[in-house]
Amino acid sequence: MGSTNSTLSKIPNAGDLMQETGFSPAHIVRLYDRYKALDKDKKGHLCPQDFGAIKELAMNPISDRIIGAFFSSGQEVLDFPSFVRILAHFRPVDKNRPKDPNSPEHINSRSNKLKFIFQLYDQDKDGKISRQELLQVLRTMLEKQVTEEQLESIADRTIQEADLDRDDAISFDEFRKSMEKVNIEHKMSIRFLR
Amino acid sequence: MRLLPTCPCFLGASLLVCVTLPLAAGGGANASQSRPAEINVTHVPVVTVKWHHVETSYLVALWILVAGVAKMSVAQLNSKLKSFFPESALLIISGFILGGIVWGADKAQTFKLVPRNFFYFLLPQIILDTGYFMPNKLFFSNLGAILVHAVIGTCWNAAAVGISLWGCYLGGAMGNLQIGLLQFLLFGSLLAAVDPVAVIAVFEEVHVNEVLFIWVFGESLLNDGVTVVLYNVFDAFVSLGGEKINAGEIIKGIVSFFVVAFGGSLIGVVFAILISLLTKYTGKVQIIEAGFIFVLGYLSYLTAEMLSLSAILSVTFCGVCCQKYVNANMDEKSVTAVRYAMKVFANGSETMIFVFLGVTAIDTDIWVWNTGFILLTLLFVLVYRFMGVFFLTWILNRYRLVPIELIDQIVMSFGGLRGAVAYGLAASLDETRIKEKNLMITTTLIVVYFTVILQGLTMKPLVKWLKVKRVSPTELKLIEKVNNRAFEHILAAMEDISGRIGDNWWTRGWKRFEDTYITWFLMKPEARKNRDYLFSIFHKLNLEDAINYVTEAEKRGSLAFLNQTDVFVFLYFVFCSYRQDTVPSVSLNIHEHEMKRMNEDFNAHHLLQQHLYRSRKNYSRSNFSINQSEDEVQEIFQRTMRSRLESFKSAKMGVTPAKKITKHPKKDPNHKVRILSEMKRLHNPSVRTSSGVENPAFMPEMDTPPPPWVTEAEADTSVAPSQGAQRYLPWSPRNLHRLAPLRISDRSTDSFLMADAPATEESSEESPQQPSQRDGTHM
Repeated sequence: MGSTNSTLSKIPNAGDLMQETGFSPAHIVRLYDRYKALDKDKKGHLCPQDFGAIKELAMNPISDRIIGAFFSSGQEVLDFPSFVRILAHFRPVDKNRPKDPNSPEHINSRSNKLKFIFQLYDQDKDGKISRQELLQVLRTMLEKQVTEEQLESIADRTIQEADLDRDDAISFDEFRKSMEKVNIEHKMSIRFLR
Repeated sequence: MRLLPTCPCFLGASLLVCVTLPLAAGGGANASQSRPAEINVTHVPVVTVKWHHVETSYLVALWILVAGVAKMSVAQLNSKLKSFFPESALLIISGFILGGIVWGADKAQTFKLVPRNFFYFLLPQIILDTGYFMPNKLFFSNLGAILVHAVIGTCWNAAAVGISLWGCYLGGAMGNLQIGLLQFLLFGSLLAAVDPVAVIAVFEEVHVNEVLFIWVFGESLLNDGVTVVLYNVFDAFVSLGGEKINAGEIIKGIVSFFVVAFGGSLIGVVFAILISLLTKYTGKVQIIEAGFIFVLGYLSYLTAEMLSLSAILSVTFCGVCCQKYVNANMDEKSVTAVRYAMKVFANGSETMIFVFLGVTAIDTDIWVWNTGFILLTLLFVLVYRFMGVFFLTWILNRYRLVPIELIDQIVMSFGGLRGAVAYGLAASLDETRIKEKNLMITTTLIVVYFTVILQGLTMKPLVKWLKVKRVSPTELKLIEKVNNRAFEHILAAMEDISGRIGDNWWTRGWKRFEDTYITWFLMKPEARKNRDYLFSIFHKLNLEDAINYVTEAEKRGSLAFLNQTDVFVFLYFVFCSYRQDTVPSVSLNIHEHEMKRMNEDFNAHHLLQQHLYRSRKNYSRSNFSINQSEDEVQEIFQRTMRSRLESFKSAKMGVTPAKKITKHPKKDPNHKVRILSEMKRLHNPSVRTSSGVENPAFMPEMDTPPPPWVTEAEADTSVAPSQGAQRYLPWSPRNLHRLAPLRISDRSTDSFLMADAPATEESSEESPQQPSQRDGTHM
């Protein structure tokens, strides 16, 4: 534990980060080591190419979107706090953590997890998932086995199921409503980030 | 009470049983003495009663009938009564009644639940059914917890109950018995196992949330491995006698656990592979491919039993592993056949087991009452179950993503039902070595009745009172499935980024391995192409839609509620679904508000009358045999439909449909492809060949004036396409033909692929022709 504390002191704003994300000191240190390991050229920050170097990630159909989620608002540079903040979305929900009524919701609350997913779909950030955006996502996930028409049918049907105000796009509220029955806490959490 | 109709049946059946009993008794006696050859034939017999020929089979069939009738009469009961009593409890009670009748007639229980019959003829199909319908994903993701409960929980139960009873015996609570520690342990081990049959019977009616269900259910299946080992080991110890037990024997016992459990599962997997391989090649014998599942499943049970491994584990894993490949390889009809047959067998067996559990009780021979023993056993079984579950779940919760709540744990403990397996094991005890066998049988029966009847009774109110999270019947939603798929990818990506190996790493690795090697080995090539899960969900939803439309049409008397564009799509859809049991996957995005437009009513109805019903006038709804050559009728109808659709579309929307003549390079026997090429040929009148099938008898009809709406539509080119129609532009004929041979069943999709290839070549060379040439009269 002694080494943890000394490394912890090297990380800027570690205390605030822990407070904000809910990670334990051990996690923060582990993530910091990983951050440093990904930063091959020792730049002090991460860029999209560093993510591209991760082998398994390249095989993931939606890898570019995920990388895009890290580098939001067009930045080319990812610092450690942002790295941790994004990963914090995937912490399991802990019911015991005291909720301060004045503070904003925890990063790993159900609503924030859903928002993260929504932003992955909504590339142009207009607050709605349009048919085209959905089609793109489906295309990457179902690459080889379905034809274009079938993709379009699936996309149409998906929108039809969720779209309540019939504007042919899914807003965040509609998205949240359609995911009511899904166990997000389970499906959007990674165990070792507890 | 509506028992009245079935009362006579029930009484009649039981009366029949009583009548045959003296026959059986007498006939049995006679049969042993006199063989047919010894009878002095003094005259030519006109009719003889040859009871001994049919005795066994007759009685078996009779009892199956009686059990079935008992289930019927139970089902007819007052619904209030039914909402309290689980069906299994009512069946046991009817067993009591029947047993009473038999005992009254015979003064002995001639029809008991013989362990051999139970283990070899009644149990395997139930377990095969559960394995085949096991929700695999849920099962394997909770496998760790299930194993912990099954192995450690059962061992704890066995040891705790055995030792506590022994302690109480030493303390004198049970009076004088000829029993020792080892026998107590043996008794504890046979009573420790949670019974799958009882669990299914009770939990089925309760609908708890899926995690809770799979924990209890999985535990009840997997603990057989432990039960078999413990039972056999302690049985051997009892025979050896206390003195000969040393560390070596105990170690052998522990080793045998691993051998039995893994060996049993391995046998199950081997048989699953066999079944999958077999179904891969049964394309030509579809009619019997369903039978292979049952035969091989039963063989896996018997093989494991023969090698003294865990038979239940074997059958479970056989079902669990083969379900995916078998469902992909077999024809849809066979899949349905297997599903229903499996359910019939499993349900029938379950009914018989419970009825016989009741019948067996009415037997004065086995009842030995020892208050201390019985009551203490009951107490310990309950208490230690609760303790075991709570402790183990507390440990497991520290490693779980989402902890199991206290309420669920209570239900889990309460759901530790004992059933027929425990009774079967007790009845197969050797009474020479175990003097108190009857006492054990009595106690086991009482424990079984207590858990099934009383705990079953109180389960539903308990679940309601504790407000356990129930599983709500959800409809299938594509958006949830799409998102589930996205979640998997996202979590996988996050794990890669954070550089740790998480749960997803294993699932991903396994999926990759399975996709490349296993499906290549075990699945038919055609089935492999259409495996995408999302797509199958989509297909299922489309089928649901189609069924809904037909039912709606029947209700309203006609298909008039559809607007015109969708009529074509729908008719084509319906037509193909009657032709073979699959449907082209055209999504029917028909919104409610558009369906209500009334001005197309007449037209749609007219259209329907002309085309759909006329072509089908040669066959009834249920009987699809057509006197005219089926091929021709189909082809012509499709041609008609196609051209109507073409003309309508081109007229209304000015879309130029594809006009390419495709001479299919291969001589393909596939009927659909011929249709396709025929249709394409039709579009270009200049290259009209008569090489296709053209039924001269049908020709005159094609020359009749087209239905009024077509002429209207053509003439009225100024009508703007409806909002809905515009949106559905992608499904113009040009694209529609690609969907024609699309089949999502496990059968060949070759036609689809072939149709696809030329189409993609064509589209680049399309030359637009004037829509005005497209009119209904070109035919």
